[in-house]
Amino acid sequence: MTGTFVGMPAFPVAAREALGDTQLRHNLAHATGVIRAKRAAVVGEVDNWEDLRLAGAAVKERALTDLATHLEELERMLVAHGATVHWARDAAEANAIVVGIAQGHGVDEVVKVKSMVTQEIDLNGALAAAGIAAWETDLAELIVQLGGDLPSHILVPAIHRNRAEVREIFLREMGGAGRPAPADLTDEPAMLAAAARAHLREKFLRAKVGVSGANFAVSETGTLVVVESEGNGRMCLTLPEVLVSVVGIEKVVPTWAELDPLLRLLPRSSTGERMNPYTSTWSGVTPGDGPQEVHVVLLDNGRTRALADSVGRQALRCIRCSACLNVCPVYERTGGHAYGSVYPGPIGAILNPLMQGTGDKQVDSLPYASSLCGACFEVCPVRIDIPEVLVHLRSKVVDAHRSDTVPSAEAVAMKGVAWTFSDARRLARAERASGVAGRVMKRMFGVTLPGGRAASGKLPGPDGGWTSARDLPAPPAESFRAWWQRVGRLGRQGGGES
Amino acid sequence: MGSMRVALMVTCVNDAMFPETGKAVVTLLRRLGVDVEFPAAQTCCAQPMVNTGYLDEAVPVVRTFVDAFAGFDAIVTPSGSCAGSARHQHGIVARRTGDAGLAAAVAETSPKVFELTEFLVDVLGVVDVGAYFPHRVTYHPTCHSLRMLGVGDRPRRLLEAVRGIRLAELPSAEECCGFGGTFALKNADTSIAMGADKARHVRSTGAEVMVAGDNSCLMHVGGILSRQRSGVRVMHLAEILASTEDAPLGAVVGGGR
Repeated sequence: MTGTFVGMPAFPVAAREALGDTQLRHNLAHATGVIRAKRAAVVGEVDNWEDLRLAGAAVKERALTDLATHLEELERMLVAHGATVHWARDAAEANAIVVGIAQGHGVDEVVKVKSMVTQEIDLNGALAAAGIAAWETDLAELIVQLGGDLPSHILVPAIHRNRAEVREIFLREMGGAGRPAPADLTDEPAMLAAAARAHLREKFLRAKVGVSGANFAVSETGTLVVVESEGNGRMCLTLPEVLVSVVGIEKVVPTWAELDPLLRLLPRSSTGERMNPYTSTWSGVTPGDGPQEVHVVLLDNGRTRALADSVGRQALRCIRCSACLNVCPVYERTGGHAYGSVYPGPIGAILNPLMQGTGDKQVDSLPYASSLCGACFEVCPVRIDIPEVLVHLRSKVVDAHRSDTVPSAEAVAMKGVAWTFSDARRLARAERASGVAGRVMKRMFGVTLPGGRAASGKLPGPDGGWTSARDLPAPPAESFRAWWQRVGRLGRQGGGES
Repeated sequence: MGSMRVALMVTCVNDAMFPETGKAVVTLLRRLGVDVEFPAAQTCCAQPMVNTGYLDEAVPVVRTFVDAFAGFDAIVTPSGSCAGSARHQHGIVARRTGDAGLAAAVAETSPKVFELTEFLVDVLGVVDVGAYFPHRVTYHPTCHSLRMLGVGDRPRRLLEAVRGIRLAELPSAEECCGFGGTFALKNADTSIAMGADKARHVRSTGAEVMVAGDNSCLMHVGGILSRQRSGVRVMHLAEILASTEDAPLGAVVGGGR
């Protein structure tokens, strides 16, 4: 069980389809542009942002370095405060635990706080299979759920939808899930939010079981932390009688003091706010206040696999802010669905292969879904060097195929190129050959670049190559090296020795 | 600069496809009094292999690199991307081999690699290189020069000092053009979508020339601009800086005359 959508094609194929959707391109360019500008403004006003980033990275590194100790402390403190702690190795175990708790209370519905980890394990699917409806209460998650859709962003999962589409979904689907949308619903944001509020209110007041994730788990006091914007989380965390929280083991933060930089980094990086509107913290059960039965499911599901990767383990520092998605030029154009996972964008391109391992064609395509422009690393609040991890994972993908009996065309080509580049004489021969090819190209394809250089137009061959939309300059008759040997070196001060 | 031994690391792309850029660097550095050498044993920085995941294949190429440039005080290259590869990735390749000799050689060579604008501004201490280029130009800061090397405003300051130039601000300048090495082929559709947006921004400036410090990125965006029959020419920064009133762009350099 993984966080990857079943049956998704590899990234280049999925991206091609997404790129053809002009409405999607428009929605994404607009939304990521707005959120990028908001983040830049609120980050720009913090004088010591780089110090904060370093502190955030150091806190998460310390937690990961001695993870077992902190997790055991977390369990001890949670139990001391009346919570029940469960350990789950994978999605199936975690789902079985949550379904079991819900069934133990005889409920046919639960209300949910927005949570990436429950998306990762497809908890809603497991609950549905047991006849239990899981109601998403975050506005964007509600839009995704009612639309029978998949999330395409970590923070704003319905980023691919515009407000006209949201209105359509609400009018069409709300009635089947509970209180219908008002018939005179417009696409005004305030009206859409009011419809969602009225729809969700009856679910909050009725539900006996709430399900959440956690942004952080402070081990010294056994305290879970949820940060959110809409207040739906606060409702789910306080109104039901039973609360079940699924928490990835990398969420542990040893002390409250160490939580400080993370709570300052997260809202500015994610929603572009100085502070998020709601921060809920709870330590087990508080008699007479809030849920009187509290469960915490500590989940591995590939995290220890990522932890064992000396380069990739830094990905476990991720606090799911989505800053890397919002600045990524690839994500901005393809959207999140092309990544085939609830974790899309640059962080998804490393988290999925790290947690699941390489070897699956779709997962193996993810580390290549990047131009390595470095914008993601620049904005990451916990300084995950995503380009470094991407290149590292590419090498793992390549290395896994080294013993293939029939090597790929790419592997053969790379070996050939490396052989040529290992000796300047070989390279010089190749350049002489390309010069000849250039003269042939000049005759066959009559494109002239501004400035006068000959180029090829569209060349025959499989689609998607260089020349489908890009002219290619003809190779020059003389390489630089040949020129240097012929005349360039003669201009040296000493008379041309080199 | 009299006693300093300076090598030109021309890069495989410039060597095979854009020799005029290499010639421009030679012209420019000679004009500034630097007796630049071209170590003929050089080939490539190994970035195409490293960034596609072929680290084993990169090893002999990195060996060739450190051998070719051993003994130089400064290694100058007209590519932010290749400078970044030599400075940040050769160590990764060397460490993976477990060969202490190679790691030591890389540690010796890597810090001596300078992207052209770094060398001009930081080592030579010049901003006005005496260039003349009476055209409307827009500058695209390439990702690796911007974010991997941190060249900052050096290219801009050099361009602003060029006589006759009219610089036009490029919208969304710091966004990737979509080249990305083998990304341009492995994810051609996304690469072209990114490049098309870059081309649109370039055209919106009304510039005659788009300039950058990496010919690989320029080959990509220039290929799109050409296919669109935009009339916009792409040029490497070195070629603009080499151009003077007496010897405008394209004049023959070297040749001992």
